[in-house]
Amino acid sequence: MLPRLIKRQTPSASMVYLSPVLALLLTLVASIILFLMMGVSPAAALHAFFVEPISSVYGLSELTVKATPLILIGVALSLGFRAGVWNIGAEGQLILGGIFGGTTALFFYEKTGFYIIPLILITGIIGGMLWAGIVAFLKTRFNANEILTSLMLSYVAALLLNLLIHGPLKDPDGFNFPESRLFSDSALLPILYDGTRMHLGAIIALVAVGLGWILLSRTLLGYQIKVIGDAPAAGEHAGFSPSKIIWITLLISGGAAGLAGAIEVSGPIGQVLPNISPGYGFAAIIVAYVGRLHPLGVLFSALLLALSYLGGETAQIKLNLPVAVTGVFQGLLLFFLLASDVLIHYRLQFSKQAAV
Amino acid sequence: MDILIAAILTIITAATPLLFAALGELVTEKSGVLNLGVEGMMIMGAIIGFVAVHHTGSASVAIIASMVAGAFMASIFAILVLKFHARQVPTGLALTIFGLGLSALIGQSMIGVAYTGIPKIAIPGLASIPVIGNILFNQDGLVYLSILMVIVVYWFMNKTRAGLILRAVGDSHDAAHAMGYSVVKIRFMAILFGGAMAGVGGAYLSLAYSPLWVEGMTAGRGWIALALVVFASWKVGRVLLGAYLFGGITILQLHAQALGIGIPSQVMSMLPYLATILVLVFISRDKTKIKLNSPASLGKPFHESR
Repeated sequence: MLPRLIKRQTPSASMVYLSPVLALLLTLVASIILFLMMGVSPAAALHAFFVEPISSVYGLSELTVKATPLILIGVALSLGFRAGVWNIGAEGQLILGGIFGGTTALFFYEKTGFYIIPLILITGIIGGMLWAGIVAFLKTRFNANEILTSLMLSYVAALLLNLLIHGPLKDPDGFNFPESRLFSDSALLPILYDGTRMHLGAIIALVAVGLGWILLSRTLLGYQIKVIGDAPAAGEHAGFSPSKIIWITLLISGGAAGLAGAIEVSGPIGQVLPNISPGYGFAAIIVAYVGRLHPLGVLFSALLLALSYLGGETAQIKLNLPVAVTGVFQGLLLFFLLASDVLIHYRLQFSKQAAV
Repeated sequence: MDILIAAILTIITAATPLLFAALGELVTEKSGVLNLGVEGMMIMGAIIGFVAVHHTGSASVAIIASMVAGAFMASIFAILVLKFHARQVPTGLALTIFGLGLSALIGQSMIGVAYTGIPKIAIPGLASIPVIGNILFNQDGLVYLSILMVIVVYWFMNKTRAGLILRAVGDSHDAAHAMGYSVVKIRFMAILFGGAMAGVGGAYLSLAYSPLWVEGMTAGRGWIALALVVFASWKVGRVLLGAYLFGGITILQLHAQALGIGIPSQVMSMLPYLATILVLVFISRDKTKIKLNSPASLGKPFHESR
């Protein structure tokens, strides 16, 4: 017989942290079934996916490269999600950051100076904030649903990048390919470990985790975010302004996504391309949830999702598996997490006695 | 005149997928459930429909397969939300992410495969009427079906007892539960219907609109369909109007180029997304009106023991 769900008197604190582990286990089981259906040896596939990418120093450094944007965006999105502000257009804000940061890098082409990299990062943040600011304005002024507007703006951002890379950002000596010039050295983020692509962004991401943690647990703003999210009526009664929280959380997440975009173009990519992100802005939504909307949790879940990107690439090379497996894995993980989360508020009862 | 007829014909093809998806989502939302996974259900309908037609050669089989695919996706959402009490917003997002990934996986072998497109069905006699005959009575079966579904959904919602119960569940699940209706069962059905409609909407893209498989080919249409439901203030007739309006905006890019207007194609492609934002702003700015029109229990969790 099927177990029934009984509501717990108080939410289970341990299940909050056990649920992601359970979700990961269930995702692995589902992946094994998926690999069997595709006629691939699950052992070989799981090895290629989760072990091989991180069994070398280079692999580990690549993990930090992929995790950097996910951490930055994931930490910032967590703040908004806690407040009930659904910015799901981080992908677009990342692209704007890439456009702004990339334009700065190209503007200082063949110039040198310590100020160039900070300028790239700052303009990237401004680009992301601008894009998210539109969402905040439409939400606070016109009550327009931020889920839909932020998402629509992501499509607009992708087209805008495409337009610019075929126009003003195109390499003048590039035989008309839709690519910018390669940035000059002073516009490239310093590499932290020779022979790898691990760059300054990894440290910036760690700082973001610290800042996010301080903001949430040690400041009035963090407190307001939590109250508005958990009990909007109580928040308003206490005089917290919902509009202010909408603006702040959107500007923070937009700025972080913009920073991630600027870091991508001036770090691992080193130029502006028509496609500067494999969906980091969307994956960061999963990162935020699996990380329990907590900066430290986000750090771990970002590493897991980063591994899913690396694993997808390795599995493609070694086993000829389609790279789309990564997306399926990420989607399954979020499904199982949402299902496992039922155990936070409910417990399973297997006996036949009637529910109280 | 020929340009005008061509324009109207392309508007119809651009509007049909939106119409299916938005009608389905309207029924889901009327039952009080917000499923943000329309994009994921559409893209699964698109690929499964395409795979089915590739293997069987039958458009009818493909259409049914796409409905099953959409409903299957919706059932995952329904189980999570109704049985596991998962929150609707992240669950819908998960459905979209999962659908985009799974469709890309399934579609690997379909890249570059050609299909002639589903056949047009000329209605004898009527199709030979000059001008309007070709527009109204020489369409593919899915266009007729989409219009038929507008009528069916309107009739169901407003003229049947079952439709009344569905609306009651959406407006106050506690009251409907107290009256003895199974909120979970009714919502499950409404979500499945929404999924099947999104699936066939997606299949229209891969079987008729541009009959081939491209990864991510729904290109945000699922989200536009969600916006259309808001635009329509949850009214069936206005979904029809909205879908054709957006169809019109979508095809502007095709015809602007034909007419030699010197606007970059990327800017023209932005139009549907920008129009969606504009429409949302226009409709949403009156908070009370939105509150009045939207189902009162929309997006709220329900548990029987309450």
